[in-house]
Amino acid sequence: MRRASVRAAAAIALAGAAVFAHAQALRGTGDLGIVVERAAGRVQVVDTTARASLATIDGLGDLSHASAVFSRDGRYAYVFGRDGGLTKVDLLAQRIERRVIQAGNSIGGAISQDGRVVAAQNYVPGGVKLFDAATLELLSDLRAPAGPDGKPSKVVGLADAPGGRFVAALFDANALWLIDAADPRAPRTTAFADAGRQPYDGLVTPDGRWYVAGLFGEDGVALLDLWHPERGVRRILDRYGRGDEKLPVYKMPHLRGWAVAAGYAYLPAVGRHEVLVVDTRDWREAARVPVAGQPVFVIARPDARQVWVNFAFPDSGKVQVIDTETRTVVRTLEPGRAVLHLEFTPRGEAVWISARDDHKVVVYDTATLAPVATLAADSPSGIFFTARAARMGF
Amino acid sequence: MRPVAALALAVLAAAAPAGAADGAPAPARAREILALLRQDCGACHGIRLTGGLGPALTPGALRAKPSEGLVATIVSGRAGTPMPPWRDFLSESEARWLVARLLAGDADAPR
Ligand code: HEC
Repeated sequence: MRRASVRAAAAIALAGAAVFAHAQALRGTGDLGIVVERAAGRVQVVDTTARASLATIDGLGDLSHASAVFSRDGRYAYVFGRDGGLTKVDLLAQRIERRVIQAGNSIGGAISQDGRVVAAQNYVPGGVKLFDAATLELLSDLRAPAGPDGKPSKVVGLADAPGGRFVAALFDANALWLIDAADPRAPRTTAFADAGRQPYDGLVTPDGRWYVAGLFGEDGVALLDLWHPERGVRRILDRYGRGDEKLPVYKMPHLRGWAVAAGYAYLPAVGRHEVLVVDTRDWREAARVPVAGQPVFVIARPDARQVWVNFAFPDSGKVQVIDTETRTVVRTLEPGRAVLHLEFTPRGEAVWISARDDHKVVVYDTATLAPVATLAADSPSGIFFTARAARMGF
Repeated sequence: MRPVAALALAVLAAAAPAGAADGAPAPARAREILALLRQDCGACHGIRLTGGLGPALTPGALRAKPSEGLVATIVSGRAGTPMPPWRDFLSESEARWLVARLLAGDADAPR
């Protein structure tokens, strides 16, 4: 009798990852993540060790351009939807813990250094809202400085910074915005005007010192030293296009999830088939890598030996791998149609790539550059792993 | 299943307002254009066309705007803004058909 029940328990334990991940069984969250199914308003909870989907969670609203941040215990994903929904997903219980509609039109968010505050960046109305990470209670509502049309600017590139701060870029106001949220009910903001025309996204370097905002309206990049914000915004890579005619941009590049590899930053060139390589010691251009299309995501493998790049329409079926030692493309992959995102496992032995129009996620071994697994997903877009919980600027 | 969907689309296209009917693309091409609208235009205008970096493309948002101007915006883009020209991927008559569909609130992409 006893033996039988032990055996039954073992059978259940072996019955598959889906059972395993349930709240009843103890497990950590370090190898979990989510895959966004953008059209269906769902996320899959995935396991990067088993390379398997554990659960599908419904009811997250409009997830076009959705992104996610994680609680620092790696248990909860905060998913920001286009429709202004902010959904707290419990990866262990595999259900929605809480959900609020916090704006008319949103684009992403960040979580504070101490993990207590979730910040959402909004297009309509343009601004940032701060929420209690535990309860999603609204703590403060910040209107962005106005753009030329008098309306609050759209906010992009929101990232956390050391010292309980957040940094963002203001697309319509041509400005950067520093938010000191040490007291999240009474945050203090500083706007840096004339940062450059139409900043489209921004990132914080892995060491938390620099905020880098890409500019759409001119060739160049805006740089803010978070150790010395009083020194103001500096412009780098000025006129990197050297006045050449830009190609039409069918999709905005992203800087989040970006690449700093061995002291060099790899940045997408706007409207060009190039990745710019910048020396982070003096922020001068060090090289350019010609690539197969307009880069969207440019992401370093965690050990910094490779940088992986995907591309805007109409080259979105390709992914290229840059070797950071020679700064050349060493492989062109075709994971599927409409590659929207890629995410490395915490230490980078594998990378997960979403191919929206082929409804699949393909996992590549980053040493052999060969596909090792494929998961079905409905129009997958963003892939986010819990390792982000421990990284600044994610 | 496929032919039925195609037929339904053809019927919808035929029922679209005057102006849309002339130069209406063949059903397969119509499907492609509507998928482009949701996915690639959707990257900036939202998958539900309710706006993002670009403005909403819902009937309510577009109604007051002259449709020729909207067609020109799609074909040639708007300099100084992120709206790119789509002429390499959409002909002018396709853009006109698409604008009619947008104005009619009848631009659901088949999934
Ligand atoms: C890279 C971002 C981007 C993409 C992709 C994009 N648009 Fe736009 N679009 C914009 C922006 C930004 C504007 C507003 C321009 C302005 O400020 O005048 C706009 C404006 C428009 C307008 C005019 C709306 C108005 O209210 O006047 C139409 C129509 C339009 N887009 C259709 C499309 C279609 C159709 C597609 C796909 C074939 C598309 N757009 C793809 C960014 C984009």
